[in-house]
Amino acid sequence: MTMTRREMLKTSLAGAAGLTLCDPLLARAAVAPPVATARSVIQIWMWGGASHLDTFDPKPGAGYDYCGPLDRAIDTNVDGIQIGKLLPKLATQADKYSILRSMTHGVNGHETASYLVQTGHKAGDGLVYPAVGGVVSYFKGHNAGYKGLIPPYIVLTKPQGRFSEAGFLGSRYKPFATGGNPSRDPFVVEGVVAAGISRQRQERRRALLGSLDTLGRQMKGNAAFAAADSCQEKAYDLILGDAGKVFDLTEESDEVRDRYGRHEFGQSCLMARRLVEKGVPYVTINYRNWDTHKQHFQSMQRQLPQLDSGLATLFEDLGERGLLDSTIVWWGGEFGRTPKIQWDPPWNGGRGHFGKVFSSVVGGGGFAGGQVVGATDARGENVADRPIYPRDLIGSIYELLGIDPTATLPHPQGLTVQAMPTASDGQDAGRLYEIMKGVRA
Amino acid sequence: MWSCLFSLCVLAAAALPLRANEIDRLVSAKLNAEGRTPAARCSDAVFVRRIYLDMTGRLPPLWVARQFTENKRANKRVALINQLFKQDAFADYWAMKWCDILRVKAEFPSKLWPNAVQAYQRWLTDAVHDNMPYDQFARELLTASGSNFREPAVNFFRAVPDHEPASLASTVALTFMGQRTDNWPRARRDGMAAFFARLGYKGTAEWKEEVVFFDLPRALKEGMPAGAVFPDGTPQELLPEVDPRLVFAEWLVAPDNPYFARAMVNRVWAWLIGRGLVHEADDLRADNPPSHPPLLDWLAKELVAHDYDLRHVYRLILNSDTYQRSCVHSAANADDARGFSHYLVRRLEAEVLIDAINQVAGGSERYTSEIPEPFTFIPPQQRAVALGDGSITSPFLDMFGRPPRDTGLESERNNDPSDTQRLHLLNSTHIQNKLQRGWALRQLMKRAKWRPEPIINQLYLTMLSRPPNAGELKVGMDYMAQEGLKRHEGALDLAWALLNSKEFLYRH
Repeated sequence: MTMTRREMLKTSLAGAAGLTLCDPLLARAAVAPPVATARSVIQIWMWGGASHLDTFDPKPGAGYDYCGPLDRAIDTNVDGIQIGKLLPKLATQADKYSILRSMTHGVNGHETASYLVQTGHKAGDGLVYPAVGGVVSYFKGHNAGYKGLIPPYIVLTKPQGRFSEAGFLGSRYKPFATGGNPSRDPFVVEGVVAAGISRQRQERRRALLGSLDTLGRQMKGNAAFAAADSCQEKAYDLILGDAGKVFDLTEESDEVRDRYGRHEFGQSCLMARRLVEKGVPYVTINYRNWDTHKQHFQSMQRQLPQLDSGLATLFEDLGERGLLDSTIVWWGGEFGRTPKIQWDPPWNGGRGHFGKVFSSVVGGGGFAGGQVVGATDARGENVADRPIYPRDLIGSIYELLGIDPTATLPHPQGLTVQAMPTASDGQDAGRLYEIMKGVRA
Repeated sequence: MWSCLFSLCVLAAAALPLRANEIDRLVSAKLNAEGRTPAARCSDAVFVRRIYLDMTGRLPPLWVARQFTENKRANKRVALINQLFKQDAFADYWAMKWCDILRVKAEFPSKLWPNAVQAYQRWLTDAVHDNMPYDQFARELLTASGSNFREPAVNFFRAVPDHEPASLASTVALTFMGQRTDNWPRARRDGMAAFFARLGYKGTAEWKEEVVFFDLPRALKEGMPAGAVFPDGTPQELLPEVDPRLVFAEWLVAPDNPYFARAMVNRVWAWLIGRGLVHEADDLRADNPPSHPPLLDWLAKELVAHDYDLRHVYRLILNSDTYQRSCVHSAANADDARGFSHYLVRRLEAEVLIDAINQVAGGSERYTSEIPEPFTFIPPQQRAVALGDGSITSPFLDMFGRPPRDTGLESERNNDPSDTQRLHLLNSTHIQNKLQRGWALRQLMKRAKWRPEPIINQLYLTMLSRPPNAGELKVGMDYMAQEGLKRHEGALDLAWALLNSKEFLYRH
């Protein structure tokens, strides 16, 4: 069997740093169920892979061929931390989040990189692992006594596609994708809010359905039908009851809505806050259009201000409402983008896929703010310090949620499968202990 | 062996007049012993809907449902069953079941790729259409050699995520023996794996083409692995010049094989009746006994005696009273799932459901593929049942439990109801748009000249394959006469209510 570059790197690192998790005894000692500091996760998925140089890892000294017009970094409210110049609002919130500048996995294909970043497992061993949201939904959703009518794993607004978010856990742990657009009124949530059907007509329809349920009435006591009836009751509690009001953004003041930004991303952030307020354990905002191969800087000028207002206001608002301590906000995509700009046609100033190094941001729920973890070299092309693998980040998120990263997931063929890879798989997951409050290394 | 086969044939021939009743005799014997009274025979209207859905995955056309109920001939049910075997929809529907089991999927974790998926699905559909004898079907899948694009059956092995002999053996055992090798002792697993140890794979100049073959040079050079043992414990010496897959296939499809026919008739029973004689349908083992051991034996013998003609087994089951019972059970039988005292209601599978909705409303569904290549072109009128490729993107199919085709297990398909499914059917723009924009519904209302009574009658016939009873007609008329409701809204709400009724959503 040949060793991949990554495994080799890992082995040599483990040797150098003397990583103790390789020791089976110590590994077992670490298995004691962690104490949860976080209750919910808001994952902002940068679909396509956002440039690290233009966001949280600016390299103003690298020159025009690397920075293009975004040649300035700005100070934040934390001494010594600078971020990209199009993120002024996020600069005022830097004490609430930490920047992981040395994320790496080396994969440059969207599908395999997305799978890796969202599951922590490398693709291709025959198993299809669930994404983090599926695992959280399994451990923190209905099995763990989650009672809300709102599904425990929600995607705003479109599903991520390509790979099955629930993996081998099956469709029960798939996210509920809202559809619609929260910046429009009403926000038409597929199934919950119907456009153009009045409340009166909804109620009439429900009564009509009840009186035409001929077969159901003939088969009282049938278990299959009873289960279907109970689903229908719950569905109507969302459609006509109070639970569905969580999706009604007009309940928020104009001031708050403006602050988040009157665009799909801004209002999705506001929507996410409302959902975690109701106790939903996992919300993904599937933020599209970051695969900027062509005319990259025009896209950045257009999109980064939206990212800035939405994400900065999310941190601020969660903080003001006392929700930040119990809510992990995780920002990032499947990879970064090539630091060197492709000026030639057809790219006309574009950036390609870059899995070698990229940035993620985490804050809240037990993650300390105001820190930078890891570093890249002068042009953001290589990890200079403290490589962070997706599994390290995901393992840390699980631990803060009180989910044991070595816990077993149910597999349809009865295989013993752990949530995160361990030392015995040759790719043990580390932790971000330097920014995990109150968790001992 | 031959004498044994001969005597089976004689037995089968002698039992000819009783054959259709043998199922009922064995099922009734057990029901009697348990003191249960079975449900009555289902009505013609229920039967025509049921048999269409169960055999072809489609709703009966309105005129067929009407003609069938009006038909006075005594053997009309037998005749309809025989007729449905000939429909293309029959082949499409049962090929879909095979595609589930055989993990037919372009991408991840089995990597068949769209071109090969199409070839494989076509091959499977043809096999069902032509009623390929089941022993031949298994033999071809197990022993095929050649290009994945040109010899579709080689995709059987290519759909296994890795090339390890143990994984191949495990797939063969699950598919054709209904056995899970995880439960087997190590020696038994290794003994079977040896038959699949000399398979070769090589690429060609064509993109994504792969040739699967018996690696004769390697076999001659390295010799054959020792320790080949058939799963029944019989050791077998392997010769380097003979493809060991052939040896295994001969053993598997032999008339006295203890696994092959039993596993298959149990699957067919489960597919048609809703629950296997052994449950799960692909988990046959000593400590998971069948509910009706003599019945399983008898069906297996019938399959062998009729030269592995699967349609013979279908006919036996579909023509039995057991299959044709009403789903409406007495209170005492509400908990009976293993005795087959009544027809078991099951929600329509995801693909059948969306096809049925499109059929009654008059519309189509948009299916897309993330795989950028020309073989994934999907025509606008595509039926979900005939999609073939499990990688095709469809939020609806995923929500309603389409199997991911990762493992080949029957349990991958999830027909359990969920809150989100309910929300979707009750209140989504997806379904609402189908009702509002469907050409068939619009035509129906136009033809009825927007008069409530004919609209209600036609909606019932199209959607539930029966006319409304007096009470239902009155409910519908009263609803449409309400104030503040536009005439098309009233009619659409009725269609909406029928679509959301259990009678539409379930096989019953």
